[in-house]
Amino acid sequence: MTGETRSGAHNLPGARPGDGNLQGTDAPQMTEPDPILRLRQVDKTFAGNVVALRGMSMEVRQGDFISLLGPSGCGKSTALRLIAGLMRPTHGRIEWDGGAGTDDLGVVFQEPTLMPWATVEKNVWLPFRLRGQPLSRTRDRIREALGLVGLDGFAERYPRELSGGMKMRVSIARALVTNARLILMDEPFAALDEITRQKLNDDLLNLKAQTGATVIFVTHSVFESVFLSNRILVMAPRPGRVIDEIAVPEPYPRGMDWRTAPAYGEITRRTSETLHAGLAQPEEP
Amino acid sequence: MAVTDGPRTGHLPIDTTDPEEERLARRQRIEDAARWLLPIAVMAVAIWGWHRIVVANEIPHYVLPGPGLVLETLWEDRGLLFASLMITLQITFAALAVAVIGGVGLAVLFAQSRWAEMSFSPFAVILQVTPIVSIAPLIFIYIESRLVGLLLCAWIVAFFPVLANTTLGLKSADHNLRDLFAIYRATRWQRLIHLQLPSALPYFLGGLKIAGGLALIGAVVAEYVAGTGGIGSGLAFRILEAGYRLNIPRMFAALILIALTGVAIYGATSLIAHLSLRRWHESALKRE
Repeated sequence: MTGETRSGAHNLPGARPGDGNLQGTDAPQMTEPDPILRLRQVDKTFAGNVVALRGMSMEVRQGDFISLLGPSGCGKSTALRLIAGLMRPTHGRIEWDGGAGTDDLGVVFQEPTLMPWATVEKNVWLPFRLRGQPLSRTRDRIREALGLVGLDGFAERYPRELSGGMKMRVSIARALVTNARLILMDEPFAALDEITRQKLNDDLLNLKAQTGATVIFVTHSVFESVFLSNRILVMAPRPGRVIDEIAVPEPYPRGMDWRTAPAYGEITRRTSETLHAGLAQPEEP
Repeated sequence: MAVTDGPRTGHLPIDTTDPEEERLARRQRIEDAARWLLPIAVMAVAIWGWHRIVVANEIPHYVLPGPGLVLETLWEDRGLLFASLMITLQITFAALAVAVIGGVGLAVLFAQSRWAEMSFSPFAVILQVTPIVSIAPLIFIYIESRLVGLLLCAWIVAFFPVLANTTLGLKSADHNLRDLFAIYRATRWQRLIHLQLPSALPYFLGGLKIAGGLALIGAVVAEYVAGTGGIGSGLAFRILEAGYRLNIPRMFAALILIALTGVAIYGATSLIAHLSLRRWHESALKRE
């Protein structure tokens, strides 16, 4: 379809170390790192023979920011739930390097998914708390994560006192706080207004640069996927499947001028065409 | 709204508040006062009407005592009536406590095991839908201790709302949060403590409000059924006893005490609910 599809060769090494480095493990690497996660021909069929996902394969490397882009019903959320270990694939395998399971994950849902009865700080503490780590020993990390998402001074607030965008920031801080080696985001900004959404996209790009986090990002926005990710898996519905992979060879950290760069426009156009071609395609046998 | 125009409008009184806003504020103040004053005024008029009817028709006190006489009786029989009130209160609160422990305990069990829920919830429903007055005589046949019998009756009436609401609450935890807990490999216990119980709190408190009133009703009804045969001495017993003696003013006095107790219990449970939820729950939020 396009010259750069299905290559993976434009895969960029992890983010450069930035200021306020939460992760600090991302020295520029010259060789392509081993994948931390590999999906091999994963199928998911629900009761009543509904094929949610067919033959999905992908590799996730340290520092990747991968977008799963597609219309509703293309199986992108199903893929995320499979990776999160909330469901098992019907066929195929999901392999983690070192055989480690999936407990080292950060997750951001479409809704902020905060506990309304707990303060911002205690919400961000949750992943530590469930591992039996007391608040007193993790408070510095929690404050650091809140600082990263721009919520200094909000630790003692309750979620209901925050705006939609701020709640989403708390949710992102919770996903970042443990330095999880993979962060899953399921259309995190879909419910926000366009202005808040763009601001959060900018901030997420900054966070990516600062922490070097590895992210799988589900979205139905072409612009969002090109702006944020280094690889885009374009998906199509009925049955849900990956139809193309598009590389975005723009290194991190990306400046705010990326949104107006000619390459951004070019890749956006190409991604859009691929997406629409996928919608027009007849069903696979 | 501030007038900032300065000298040209200097002949006008410079008012810093919008007349419309002021009118709204005044209306709000009136409404706040009316919230208290109206019911008190209506109550006062009703009592005055009661008094007038009794006086005007020269109704004898053994048919309908006037409000003055009822108050007088309340004061004169205070020793007797308050001792009875204490007993009724004891039964009510003991039953409520057991209802809370039993209701929440069963709800947690139901939430942990669908088998337990399938097995036991029909029993809970049967206990709830069968009128307590029809169960109570059996209870007093099989249970020797009058106090335990009363307690059991009050408990049967009070525990169901706690059970039903808490069960619903435990199941109502946000499904995304459930997923999040699963992803973080939370244990069943952690999920219960950190997710399900806090989610259930508003539901439980709603159940508690209902159960508080029902525990009192259960205690009073059970005492009626138990009758005056034993050495009963709660408020319901006083009402029955006074009825046999045609001491109508004392019946009214005891009735007033029961009503006030019910109002106090409702107020107390509402206060508990408000204090527990005011920081975070929708029901306790003040809107602008």
